[in-house]
Amino acid sequence: MRPAHFALILLALGAVALWATFIEADGRANRLAATREGARALVARLQLTDPVLFTEARYTRHLSQADLHSAFQDHPLAFEHFPSGSLVPPPAGLLARYAHLD
Amino acid sequence: MRTWIEKQLYLIDFALASLARKKAKHFGLLLLFAALVFVLASVSLYTHALRRETQSLLAASPEIVLQRLVAGRHDLIPPGYLERLGTIRGVQKIQPRLWGYYYDAVVKANYTFMVAPDMAIARGEIVVGPALMRARGLAPGNGVSFRSYTGELFTFIVGDVLPQASELVSADLVLMHEADFRAFFKYPEGHYTDVALSIANPQEVKNVAKKLLNQLPDSRPILREEVLRTYASLFDWREGLMLALLSAAILAFVIFAWDKAAGLSAEERREIGILKAIGWETGEVLSMKSWEAILIALAAFLVGYLAAYLHVFHQHAFLFEPVLKGWAVLYPRFALPPHIDGLQIATLFFFTVVPYVAATLVPIWRAATIDPDAAMRL
Repeated sequence: MRPAHFALILLALGAVALWATFIEADGRANRLAATREGARALVARLQLTDPVLFTEARYTRHLSQADLHSAFQDHPLAFEHFPSGSLVPPPAGLLARYAHLD
Repeated sequence: MRTWIEKQLYLIDFALASLARKKAKHFGLLLLFAALVFVLASVSLYTHALRRETQSLLAASPEIVLQRLVAGRHDLIPPGYLERLGTIRGVQKIQPRLWGYYYDAVVKANYTFMVAPDMAIARGEIVVGPALMRARGLAPGNGVSFRSYTGELFTFIVGDVLPQASELVSADLVLMHEADFRAFFKYPEGHYTDVALSIANPQEVKNVAKKLLNQLPDSRPILREEVLRTYASLFDWREGLMLALLSAAILAFVIFAWDKAAGLSAEERREIGILKAIGWETGEVLSMKSWEAILIALAAFLVGYLAAYLHVFHQHAFLFEPVLKGWAVLYPRFALPPHIDGLQIATLFFFTVVPYVAATLVPIWRAATIDPDAAMRL
């Protein structure tokens, strides 16, 4: 086999593998959908509002329910004590995350 | 057409032979390029899947959660408040919620204590989240004691453990009977933590929230849309944070690739000169060199992307998980359903393969257009 054919076949195989990741991802997502339905039902039943990503402080455990004025809300201008604070975006006002209701 | 294809095949043969002459250099470049694509694709695939998963779960959360504010901080819903809510048109269902936090000094973690009104939990029993079960080594039927904020010790029997599949939203939950909750936190009778509202018409959620604010100026309605936006922005932020940390590596690669691609070595110039001297057209030299760049960039992209896919969805993204998922004492374990955004992959392709190929073309075009004699003498 000439080198060009070999290289093109390898690239084509790679492209097929890339396409296969989309198919596999779809299949796995569908398989996991049944278990996710259980979790969704729990969210609806318990009226949960936040995923359990950081449990160290109330404003990181329930980020969406936290006080408006700051993500780091022990007092205004407070430095963040908790490590996940560094992974949380700046205060809502700066990002305009909240709907304006006035 | 056939001639054109045949010509391109010969050019690819020649490009491969040219790449093979400096195996170590080109293999190193391929590995580095693939590693860069791997890192970028891993961050992008993981964040997108986590974002989609959270959005899909939280789509079932209450349409509006109404808090009461006192001096700018969340306060309890007093008796009589719920009755005032009932008069607002568009509100279909009002469900007061009781929940709070408890710091467990044993494992140094915060739990979310919650009343589940429709879960028939007997007095003295609790239902716990899977991460809490692991952290405290609990099983159904075990007893567990918590010291309340008044100093009193309360013992509960674990009636059940919430399903592991729901861990992303239930890892730290402790569900209990309302009377136990009120006794444990000394919660005043008739008071609630907040109120979940169902709205009859989803289009009216914002209007209902405005009415709530007018009628109850001390309230703060939190819309589901805002909750979803909060998490979308959280994951965007973390993806950005990760990319910012990686920017030094990206920059190093850009400099390396630019140096390799833009600065032609004397040997390469001589090669181009010889090719021109033996009758190659400028276009043919350009095509051959483009094939070199395309082969390297495509191979690196495919290897990097496929490795990232396996890393994220088959190896739980063990390299970046702590940064992208966050961490806590009660760390949720969950299988992330893969979601690939075609546009995201196309963007990654555009920002890795295209600039590299483009960067190689300018210097080659410059070298290929000068006189062969001059090119060989340089």
